[in-house]
Amino acid sequence: MKFQSQAVAKPYFIFALALFAGQVLFGLVMGLQYIVGDFLFPAIPFNVARMVHTNLLIVWLLFGFMGAAYYLIPEESETELHSPKLAILLFWVFAVAGTLTILGYLMVPYASLAKMTGNDLLPTMGREFLEQPTITKIGIVIVALGFLFNIGMTVLKGRKTVINIVLMTGLLGLAVFFLFSFYNPENLALDKYFWWWVVHLWVEGVWELIMGSILAYVLIKVTGVDREVIEKWLYVIIAMALITGILGTGHHFYWIGPPEYWKVIGSVFSALEPIPFFMMTLFAFNMVNRRRREHPNRAATLWALGCGVMAFLGAGVWGFLHTLAPVNYYTHGTQVTAAHGHMAFYGAYVMIVITMISYAMPIMRGRMEGNSNKAQVVEMWGFWLMTIAMVFITLFLTAAGILQVWIQRIPESGAALGFMETQDKVMLFYWLREIAGVIFLAGLVAYLASFFIKGDDRAAA
Amino acid sequence: MAERFTKSMARNIYIGGSVFFFLLFLGLTLDTMSELPKRDNRQNLTESVARGKMLWEVNNCIGCHSLQGEGAYFAPELGNVFQRRGAGDQTAFRAFFKAWMQAMPTKAPGRRQMPQFNLNDQQLDDLASFLEYASQINNNNWPPNIEG
Repeated sequence: MKFQSQAVAKPYFIFALALFAGQVLFGLVMGLQYIVGDFLFPAIPFNVARMVHTNLLIVWLLFGFMGAAYYLIPEESETELHSPKLAILLFWVFAVAGTLTILGYLMVPYASLAKMTGNDLLPTMGREFLEQPTITKIGIVIVALGFLFNIGMTVLKGRKTVINIVLMTGLLGLAVFFLFSFYNPENLALDKYFWWWVVHLWVEGVWELIMGSILAYVLIKVTGVDREVIEKWLYVIIAMALITGILGTGHHFYWIGPPEYWKVIGSVFSALEPIPFFMMTLFAFNMVNRRRREHPNRAATLWALGCGVMAFLGAGVWGFLHTLAPVNYYTHGTQVTAAHGHMAFYGAYVMIVITMISYAMPIMRGRMEGNSNKAQVVEMWGFWLMTIAMVFITLFLTAAGILQVWIQRIPESGAALGFMETQDKVMLFYWLREIAGVIFLAGLVAYLASFFIKGDDRAAA
Repeated sequence: MAERFTKSMARNIYIGGSVFFFLLFLGLTLDTMSELPKRDNRQNLTESVARGKMLWEVNNCIGCHSLQGEGAYFAPELGNVFQRRGAGDQTAFRAFFKAWMQAMPTKAPGRRQMPQFNLNDQQLDDLASFLEYASQINNNNWPPNIEG
């Protein structure tokens, strides 16, 4: 660690991984509810489990991004963090607010939570992924402002690099687009249109800037390749991300009210959205091939390479599968969407956060050369188990989705099977998905266990 | 990448490209806003619909169901439930809808369960009018068939 203040990232990473574990457990609960419909009903109805599952994901990724920024920004700026105290204070504010929100989901009916938190005054709740009570949303904005102020001041007084400027831009965009979550008009078509300004412009827009800059940073560190080369790649990747991704938003506007022309615009531009992800893969492999040093942290390198590949498969290939309007007409809102969502989030955002954790955590624990060989082997077991399990989760959900389209969507009214009958027909794939989910959990356990393996045998070797 | 292609060229493509496409996106959004009144059924957006939308939200219906294909995929699509369960007839739909909501949960062993939300008659009417209004938004003829 070059600067003491980088250590504030540590609680962010630890808390992020704890929430990740919670997310996976609730995922397994939901997977089982798909099979045994009344599992845990009425204690944890499906909608509650889903809120917990998706909101934990969002919150832990935000913790991961913040931790990554607190670690990366001082080093890139070559100066101590503006205020480590503020970073720790905001950690506790966000951790407590996040925990209370999740407990609120689990302990009271959602309608009561809405009433308790004054949703009537400024109704923002009850929309997918934006289920947080309005006061939690305000809390997120306050935390984000404090965080941006803190890292912004650090960049201002220190060195400006492409990496820290791109990361700042991405994080600023994240905060700005989140503000659309406060716009909830009575008009459903308007509500849905601007809801995508949060959801799409996050994950297929500004988050790619965050992902690209973290990947670039880790690649500089583990490969020793010249910064000039890496920064040029980063610019081209994020250029492609925004050039394709902004109008790519149109692929969400096909069936929710906006005019027909979005079918053309959305199809064309979102068909190009795999390009930046493919470039990330090329980028990672190219830089590792041209490495000028053998970094002893092989696990971090593996995560960086895996992140590129899985982001391309999940976000790129699985996105492309159902993005063209004539295809999406049949697949929209089926298990095909779920398949894409799982692999895209895992490949792009889960893996980039873990890449950063894998690189930075050993250093923050005083293991300058990475974890011990034994710890790295266990970590890599975690990598392979989780990644392969996610590939299978995606394949099984895709199979379920294709079958669903075949029997529920394609036949004419009258000949098509109803939703619930169709669910029974694809049950085999839900079983297989759940089994893959258990393997994912085993991978997560291995990954988390690797943190508890002693790390000092390398110094002696 | 070739040496002739410099970092500053890459930066210019990034800045120029993203500013251009963001402005284009804003322009298209402006056009969409002017087209929406013809498509989004706002003439039928009554106070009852607005109350219904609020009920839809505070009961987290989207946590299991989809509406125009967006939401969760655990329970049926409701963007066209007015047509599916009421054949587009308000009286028929509301009779079905109220009976359905009051019968939940079915407690059939092993089957997916919908919670009992304890809505009163007025609230059930509001929620029904929201679903009726939503079903009449022009959304390019989605879903492909009545099953949603």
